[in-house]
Amino acid sequence: MILEGKAWIFGDNIDTDAIIAARYLSTYDQAELASHLMEDIRPGFFEQAGSGDIIVAGNNFGCGSSREHAPLAIKGAGISCVIAVSFARIFYRNAINIGLPILECQDDLYRTLQEQDLLRVDLDRGLIQEIESGNEHQAAPFPPFMQEIIRLGGLVEYVQKRLRETG
Amino acid sequence: MSSGQTMVEKILAAKAGKDKVVPGELVNIRVDLALGNDITAPVAIKVFEKFNLERVFDPEMIVLVPDHFTPNKDIASAGQVKLLRDFARKYNIPHYFEVGRMGVEHALLPEQGLIRPGMVIIGADSHTCTYGAIGAFATGVGSTDLAVAMAVGEAWFKVPSTLRFEYEGRLQEWVSGKDLILYTIGKIGVEGARYRAMEFAGPVIDSLSMDGRLTMANMAIEAGGKCGYMQPDQITFDYLKNRVNKDYTPVYSDSDAIYEKVYTYDVSDLEPQIAFPPSPDNVKPVSKAAGVKLDQVVIGSCTNGRIEDLRVAAEVIKGKRVHPSVRLLVIPATQLIYRQALEEGLLSAFIDAEAAVSTPTCGPCLGGHMGILAAGEKALATTNRNFVGRMGHPESEVYLSGPAVAAASAVAGEIVHPKEVM
Ligand code: SF4
Repeated sequence: MILEGKAWIFGDNIDTDAIIAARYLSTYDQAELASHLMEDIRPGFFEQAGSGDIIVAGNNFGCGSSREHAPLAIKGAGISCVIAVSFARIFYRNAINIGLPILECQDDLYRTLQEQDLLRVDLDRGLIQEIESGNEHQAAPFPPFMQEIIRLGGLVEYVQKRLRETG
Repeated sequence: MSSGQTMVEKILAAKAGKDKVVPGELVNIRVDLALGNDITAPVAIKVFEKFNLERVFDPEMIVLVPDHFTPNKDIASAGQVKLLRDFARKYNIPHYFEVGRMGVEHALLPEQGLIRPGMVIIGADSHTCTYGAIGAFATGVGSTDLAVAMAVGEAWFKVPSTLRFEYEGRLQEWVSGKDLILYTIGKIGVEGARYRAMEFAGPVIDSLSMDGRLTMANMAIEAGGKCGYMQPDQITFDYLKNRVNKDYTPVYSDSDAIYEKVYTYDVSDLEPQIAFPPSPDNVKPVSKAAGVKLDQVVIGSCTNGRIEDLRVAAEVIKGKRVHPSVRLLVIPATQLIYRQALEEGLLSAFIDAEAAVSTPTCGPCLGGHMGILAAGEKALATTNRNFVGRMGHPESEVYLSGPAVAAASAVAGEIVHPKEVM
């Protein structure tokens, strides 16, 4: 799958309270959650970010709570993919489980890219390309088990398939 | 090739039906207990419905605790809790804890005897790692994971490598498990243990109370850890006696287990520790925090709302008064702790000091309700996170400490060492 979008740059340790504040957790409506995405650290982000855009961040993205509302809010806002140097582990598994593409890339893209630079991402190959300059960056590939989950669209679909197979 | 295994590797291998697992390996395993709360379980229930199943995999292995926005803070949260309650009824789930019987989940489950050494526990709450203090493998997951466990009783994991932390020396007066874990997070940083298991050991841990151990394991996630644990010992077995009526087999790390890294800390001179905003790894000794003026102090949460915490806080505050410009909130973590605090006279000590004592709830810990901060306000809390906006307005600030410093600082109106008010 090929994704293209504008890059929005965030720093290190973007925590789940920053992604979606606890005061909005009395709903699990994806559109409602999305409208408060990154509200406390970047007011107005939801209005700025367009469909297909890409979040680019530093280390430990999504640290903090287990709230699946965080990747749900990101997906709900139309963000097509998150690229970070590293992800916190619960966020990582939640993103895989709900089918939000995420890429771990050691290159410090969050330091070198400019806000709104255009990116092209080849998910299958884990390849990130800066459209303007043509510079390429390789992200860590997923193990086959996770590729299968992502290919099927998430853990629910993966388990549904298994339930069907085992009757 | 003789190489031993850590406790976590052994537990995961056993549940995966293997002799041995190695770090990095992906395993799909049977889980023993799956937990959800009023924030995460509604999402899980919605996902569970997609499976179109007539029954859950095992009603006994599901635990539902409405603790975050309860007693229901508004109409929306009332609706979320109702979802849990209805789901528990529909699928005959015995471990649903209603207001009046409940407590903050991670204080409640061990207290109720639901946690045993050697178990695998997943919870759709990041502080599920707390149960490692009882020699279990326990880790936070998301709502979809919870839904899948409710449906098929399984979860996928990558076997973590293990970091071992050895604490040597003797703790000073007023220094507790909270200070040890804050110190550790300060040393290794919020991603110092990312994806890894944290094994806590050494003479200081051997003599640490179960409440202190639960506090430490609770905050493994603040260092990015997948789990944090102590190996079971006599203190564990004494704690489990009269709580647990099922058999269990303790699991221990081999003496030749392979650790990714071993950290050794001599903590004889350790002062009480404070995490400055806006991150739990921004840790300094209390002497470096002197003079920070406070608007609110919160004693409670799954980190430090247990009976030992309330005893220490009451000892400090007894016969004194909360500073006129400070609001002190005391929140016993479970109904049982609340009752025990009442019987021991701790609640009177707090109320006489003009603290507000609340029924168990997560409440202010996550900025939910019951003590939200206004712009510019500063709080000191015995909770576990101090991110931007965690307790209210994005321009408010949260400092973290153990219960002794929190109680003393409530009296002083600013952050102080407990000895300053004794
Ligand atoms: S007390 Fe705080 S950290 Fe613990 S479960 Fe509740 S909200 Fe989470």
